[in-house]
Amino acid sequence: MTITAWTFTLVALSFALYIGIAIWSRASSTSEFYVAGAGVHPVANGMATAADWMSAASFISMAGIISFLGYDGSVYLMGWTGGYVLLALLLAPYLRKFGAYTVPDFVGDRYYSQRARRLAVVCAIFVSFTYVAGQMRGVGIVFSRFLEVDVTLGVLIGMGIVFFYAVLGGMKGITYTQVAQYCVLIFAYTVPAIFLSLLITGNPIPQMGFGGADQETGTYLLDRLNGLHTELGFAPYTSGTKSTLDVFAITAALMVGTAGLPHVIIRFYTVPKVRDARISAGWALVFIALLYTAAPAVAVFARTNLIDTVSEQPYAEMPDWFTQWESTGLITFDDVNGDGLVQYVGPAAADAGGAPVENELTIDRDIMVLANPEIAQLPNWVVGLVAAGGLAAALSTAAGLLLVVSTSISHDLLKRGFRPDITERGELIAARVSAAVAVVVAGYLGINPPGFVAEVVAFAFGLAASSFFPVIILGVFYKRMNREGAISGMAVGILFTAAYIVYFKFVNPAANTAEHWWFGISPEGIGALGMVLNFAVALTVARFTPEPPEHIGELVESIRIPRGSGEAHEIGA
Amino acid sequence: MTDHNAEQMGQGRGGMPAGSPQEYWRRNIRYVAVLLAVWFAVSYGAGILLADRLDAFRIPGTGFPAGFWFAQQGSIYVFVVLIFVYVFLMNRLDREFEVDEGDDE
Repeated sequence: MTITAWTFTLVALSFALYIGIAIWSRASSTSEFYVAGAGVHPVANGMATAADWMSAASFISMAGIISFLGYDGSVYLMGWTGGYVLLALLLAPYLRKFGAYTVPDFVGDRYYSQRARRLAVVCAIFVSFTYVAGQMRGVGIVFSRFLEVDVTLGVLIGMGIVFFYAVLGGMKGITYTQVAQYCVLIFAYTVPAIFLSLLITGNPIPQMGFGGADQETGTYLLDRLNGLHTELGFAPYTSGTKSTLDVFAITAALMVGTAGLPHVIIRFYTVPKVRDARISAGWALVFIALLYTAAPAVAVFARTNLIDTVSEQPYAEMPDWFTQWESTGLITFDDVNGDGLVQYVGPAAADAGGAPVENELTIDRDIMVLANPEIAQLPNWVVGLVAAGGLAAALSTAAGLLLVVSTSISHDLLKRGFRPDITERGELIAARVSAAVAVVVAGYLGINPPGFVAEVVAFAFGLAASSFFPVIILGVFYKRMNREGAISGMAVGILFTAAYIVYFKFVNPAANTAEHWWFGISPEGIGALGMVLNFAVALTVARFTPEPPEHIGELVESIRIPRGSGEAHEIGA
Repeated sequence: MTDHNAEQMGQGRGGMPAGSPQEYWRRNIRYVAVLLAVWFAVSYGAGILLADRLDAFRIPGTGFPAGFWFAQQGSIYVFVVLIFVYVFLMNRLDREFEVDEGDDE
């Protein structure tokens, strides 16, 4: 079978599976719609969390980014996994005990304030939409390249599927679909990684393979890659070019941001007990780590393969995948010196005589994972599998995010805000309608992606880090923290982070270089500083304003102790 | 169960938790502090601040420079272990202070 036939078959099969699960797990109450009736097994929840978390960015882009950044790419690996330690130790058990449906619920109740709740709702919706736009773009890329359909049609099909199971099944449908999507995506990621590892190093375990020796030359693969990099004028692969402080700040912002993302936090409301919330964070990280430890291996294999395939080779003899990606505009070649060979070189490249060599090839780093099986000439079905996996990753994350948006509107804004007398039935209808509207908006963003999708992702993490994380931590660990402190902390954290990012990304992008950054911290890492500011302001303001009312102290006491989590739901709801 | 614990139990009201909630919370904070210290050491320590110095060494039997390995592999493995250690410690602590949630049904 051809690549296209395999892709069609595998994508269609996986979609049929998702729809089947959606029909089987329809939601019939708000509790099922919001938190799957709090009856999800911790291992299943771990898998669902992993699928929810690993987006098109993790599946499609991450290994590619690492393969171009080398050591500097570590910020994503550590940042997007280390956050789960914070989540497990500092947030998940307490939020589960509190037993609400949403993050704004916790903020609003703990800080006895509608204003705090609304501020949290705005942040949750903004963060989620930012993210969804990226997912839909991922869906578009996969469809246009592998199924050769129009991007618009691709996004519409994706929307249809998400619409079906998110609107019908709510959290319950999403959870069980995500379990299936996790299985699809991890299989699709691991299979090519094992193939590549065997091919290049003879070791079937990619995580170990990329530390092994190259089969052809017998030298360590990493040494060989460092050698190629130096020869071609790139920085050595295993050491970075970013400043240590910046790497530190970006890692911190991503870690804390991960722990503060509403669509991740909300997953820990779906398990029956506090104990389950703890272990389920552990399982989530196990399932995430399977992909995240394979990604740097894939990055090294891809990088080596790419350089071996294109460097100093005749343009006329480039393989099929090269010309196909060229037609999508994601690979461009310009034969500057007219020698018919591809010069793929870094900024420090020089020829034998010491004259600088110009780079002639640009490659969009998003395509590395998708092109990888073809570059390594793996069987056609593997290529199709990768396409199905990429779609699973994008759809599962999109669904989780859409649920946050719909819950924020029907629960936080209507039920707990403007329309407290709304019936259970009315709330469920409102939740479905807002999920439907959110799908349409997300689809629109996917078809007409704002040019700044990549830029706004920094926003999502920065805002989550500088807003939610400190107020939740203080809400659990510092009984004296009051409404005034929390609101001013959140406001300062968000405004500072947003102002910094907006300035460097949109107002004055020309100044977006290390010498203009504060302390050399890039906009990607500024959320870490925003978080520190949030903590500082909140603690200072709380000292000079009235203590929280007595019942808040009792609430905090009860959050800290696991026993009695069963009843918490009715109280919270 | 030690005598000390039995005595505390006797003081609890009508089968309420033995040991005080304050003590439970203090122990919890201590566990979290130790685990987060390890969390910081492997990622920010070995993976970032000391990465350049550690790169002079290799993980034995492999081509991994040590700092690079911690940043791209080792820290992630340690993160997973940390969460499971935390779960084990906390479940034990819950039972000791009788604030656990009991078995299913």
